[in-house]
Amino acid sequence: MSMRHAEVLVVGAGPAGISAATAAAQCGKRVFVLDDNATPGGQIWRGGLSGAPQPSAKLRAISAFQASGATLLPARRVVNATQPKTLQTLVENADGARTESFTFEKLILATGARERFLPFPGWTLPGVFGAGGLQALVQGGFDVRGKRIVVAGSGPLLLAVAAHLRTSGAKISCVVEQSPLRRIIPFAASLWSHPAKLLQGAGYRAALAGTPYRTGCWPVSASGNGCLDSVRLTDGTRTWNEPCDLLACGFHLVPNTELAALLDCAMKDGFVSVDSQQRTSVNNIFCVGEPTGIAGVDAAQTQGAIAGLSAAEATEQASRLRRLAGRHEDFAQRLAAAFQLRNELRSLAAPSTIVCRCEDVTFAQLQPRTSWTDAKLQTRCGMGPCQGRSCGPAVETLFGWQVSSVRPPIFPVPVSALVSMPPDPPTIDPQETL
Amino acid sequence: MPEPGYISLLVNGRRIAVAQGSMVSAAMLNAGAAQRVSVSGEARSALCGMGICFECRAVVDGVPHSRTCQLPCREGMAVETHP
Repeated sequence: MSMRHAEVLVVGAGPAGISAATAAAQCGKRVFVLDDNATPGGQIWRGGLSGAPQPSAKLRAISAFQASGATLLPARRVVNATQPKTLQTLVENADGARTESFTFEKLILATGARERFLPFPGWTLPGVFGAGGLQALVQGGFDVRGKRIVVAGSGPLLLAVAAHLRTSGAKISCVVEQSPLRRIIPFAASLWSHPAKLLQGAGYRAALAGTPYRTGCWPVSASGNGCLDSVRLTDGTRTWNEPCDLLACGFHLVPNTELAALLDCAMKDGFVSVDSQQRTSVNNIFCVGEPTGIAGVDAAQTQGAIAGLSAAEATEQASRLRRLAGRHEDFAQRLAAAFQLRNELRSLAAPSTIVCRCEDVTFAQLQPRTSWTDAKLQTRCGMGPCQGRSCGPAVETLFGWQVSSVRPPIFPVPVSALVSMPPDPPTIDPQETL
Repeated sequence: MPEPGYISLLVNGRRIAVAQGSMVSAAMLNAGAAQRVSVSGEARSALCGMGICFECRAVVDGVPHSRTCQLPCREGMAVETHP
């Protein structure tokens, strides 16, 4: 098993991680960036096969990163923190799976966010995808030309996804946002103070000309015989069927905080607590981007730069960026208020609706349970390979349970890779290992 | 042999061509194949597209539980719906 040392180790090569790595490397630090994708950019800057022009912010950030001397180590998934200041990664490729270890002096967590999925009847049918999920699959080569797609759920991502799908040749039947217009208008108006975001919105509007954007509407069920053929939508008074080939549905974002939790970083309201230098409660560990609050790409880049500079002890330069970061925090709060989930979404699941997709645990099985731990023990909810990443945020929303327990390895490790693990490995629940 | 810029692979025994750089998940979706069958017997396809949900697990060149949405296609690969 290989062991490598970084002065500054960054987990995640999205906007926050790239920015952090670039800043630290520019200060002369030896920097490694670990990411589980094949290429840098994270989710928001995911490249595609189409050769479509990349956003200029991405190109600038990647070229500064490449010039900085920081090293990207892609296709690696952090699975464990075996000893203090050591992370263990899993590399899976055509030749099999193996593990590696990385030691560090400073660690910057830039683990990003994922979509929140909420169960409704039919949401497990083939043809139903996450919103960002479908966009990523299309960027990976899924051909949606001529397909009728309903984009539903919540958050500004829906418009970006719809615009991308339309550019990829799909017919967008409608974009359905659960939040009511009266919540979105103040948010949209507030974008005047963030001109860059407004321009982005204008671009989407052009790409989506003629596509209905229905606010205060949400999906109640999806149906089809083995494969999706229509989605039932409602605005609370009227309910109708929208025929479609695909449904792209995600309810805004939830932070990826599993690694921070494993490292004992303090949390508040589901996010990693950080100070003005992006330091967590654990010495020498910083956190940037969505795990500290869902605030988008600009905030992620600013926070990344602050953490990279702080990790390299360039505290004065880091402090100069603080004022900018404050504005972004303000944006995060407005975003959360604008896309707050409506109560009706908590009662979409029918008794037979599957909530935990890994273990096929239904809503009816979960209803009598009293907590996340009780549900795990009695029903195996959250015990499958995703380890509750999909159903955890769902049961938090449906039942108000606090989803907390994080145990190593934080992603399943194949048995063949365990052979290459260091002696005295942590206890591994064989049922959570593929 | 496929056209230049394309590679071919087998999805559930059927030969299909995809653009170079395509992910295995995309090849399966283009072929209309489910990625896996759930513990209660439902056909499932990729959900999150980013390696989080594990719904995209399929059998790739005999290796079970391969997450197809982060796995690029290679010429001659044999991919099957995970039973």
